Amino acid sequence: MADRYSFSLTTFSPSGKLVQIEYALSAVNSGVTSIGIKATNGIVIATEKKAVSTLIDDSSLEKVAIICSNVGMVYSGMGPDYRVLVNKARKAAQAYKRVYMEEPPTAILVKEIASVMQEFTQSGGVRPFGVSLLIAGFDEKGPMLYQVDPSGSYWPWKATAIGKNMVNAKTFLEKRYNEDIELEDAIHTAILTLKEGFEGQMTENTIEIGIITGAVSTKDDGAVVLPEFRKLSPSEVKDYLANIA
Amino acid sequence: MSIMEYNGGAVVAMVGKNCVAIACDKRLGVQAMTISTEFPKTFQATPKTYIGLPGLATDVQTLAEKFRFKVNMYKLKEEREIEPRTLAHLVSSTLYERRFGPWFVEPVVAGLDKENRPFICSTDLIGCINFAKDFVVSGTTSNQLYGMCESLWEPDLEPEDLFETISQSLMNAVDRDCLSGWGAQVTIITPDQVITRTLKSRQD
Repeated sequence: MADRYSFSLTTFSPSGKLVQIEYALSAVNSGVTSIGIKATNGIVIATEKKAVSTLIDDSSLEKVAIICSNVGMVYSGMGPDYRVLVNKARKAAQAYKRVYMEEPPTAILVKEIASVMQEFTQSGGVRPFGVSLLIAGFDEKGPMLYQVDPSGSYWPWKATAIGKNMVNAKTFLEKRYNEDIELEDAIHTAILTLKEGFEGQMTENTIEIGIITGAVSTKDDGAVVLPEFRKLSPSEVKDYLANIA
Repeated sequence: MSIMEYNGGAVVAMVGKNCVAIACDKRLGVQAMTISTEFPKTFQATPKTYIGLPGLATDVQTLAEKFRFKVNMYKLKEEREIEPRTLAHLVSSTLYERRFGPWFVEPVVAGLDKENRPFICSTDLIGCINFAKDFVVSGTTSNQLYGMCESLWEPDLEPEDLFETISQSLMNAVDRDCLSGWGAQVTIITPDQVITRTLKSRQD
């Protein structure tokens, strides 16, 4: 299909806007809310796992994904587009590792993913991705949280929300966030922020939380060991939920 | 006639106390004929890391330029200098890309990492890394260098003593190799400064 269309489907409007990207952002804003908060000692990212029907087996639905050992990601928008980006991100991380035998710094990986998303706004016969991503990584510069949009622009954030309830969620975060927040508090805050716009019952099976925390250490031979990104298990999520009740 | 012995050359690197040293000869020959005595084989990658490239001279020049490109791109993208250990893996993967039509060089990497810990290693022409704690040798004079280093090297040498040790190892080894010599260049890397000295040796 790409060889039939050698021209880009994303074209400029007279006012200088790329309408396809605006529409992609609409797709993102109608998606389920996701939160990311950076603490002094780590990052938490969280999202709702909104199942269309009670018959869906939500234990096998993965929205928070591990990209490489020190980077994790979550999205708002179209699930299938997200899956493609997760695979591309994982491959990019491993390609970096093949050359340098170390994990990519967060900023480098984010640049790679962002340039993939940008390609799809300028190549022939393709459409932009209908997702915004929240990427959480820990490298030698410390914890970093980035948002990447369908256009391919990316920003580092201290705390942010994307998706349906982003406006209210960001207002909520602006009040509750401070620079010295620690990870435990951040997880608590993330859950409360999600609760603000939550439709239905919030249980350990209807939200997904991923965290990365720890410190950068060095092995005897000089190799650097970075903290690992992991998803909280349902029982851990249940404990946090019990604390806010 | 082996392609690795067409131009001749020798490189050695050693670990000292909070310092590393890397040294090379300066001969460029075409088999038996010496055509230049100003062809050093060590190149600066970062302020605290050097690469030594003995082997086929055209590949020495090309790879020196390729690594300069890759190290500069790394610095621009990552906004930091490349660590010696990372550079070693970069050298290894660059060489392995040409597994079935290799670059005829056997590089040596020597430097201090960001904590000023010494690091040296060498690789073969297809990228197998040899991490060493004491010394690494490469080039047409490698056998002679192994003998000299094994006898002269001891752990925790101060920069001035390391300079003497590496210089004597190199000078006496190349005197037993007709394809290397005609002058030597020794670089000592310490946390505060990098000093490169040129030695006058037997001009034969």
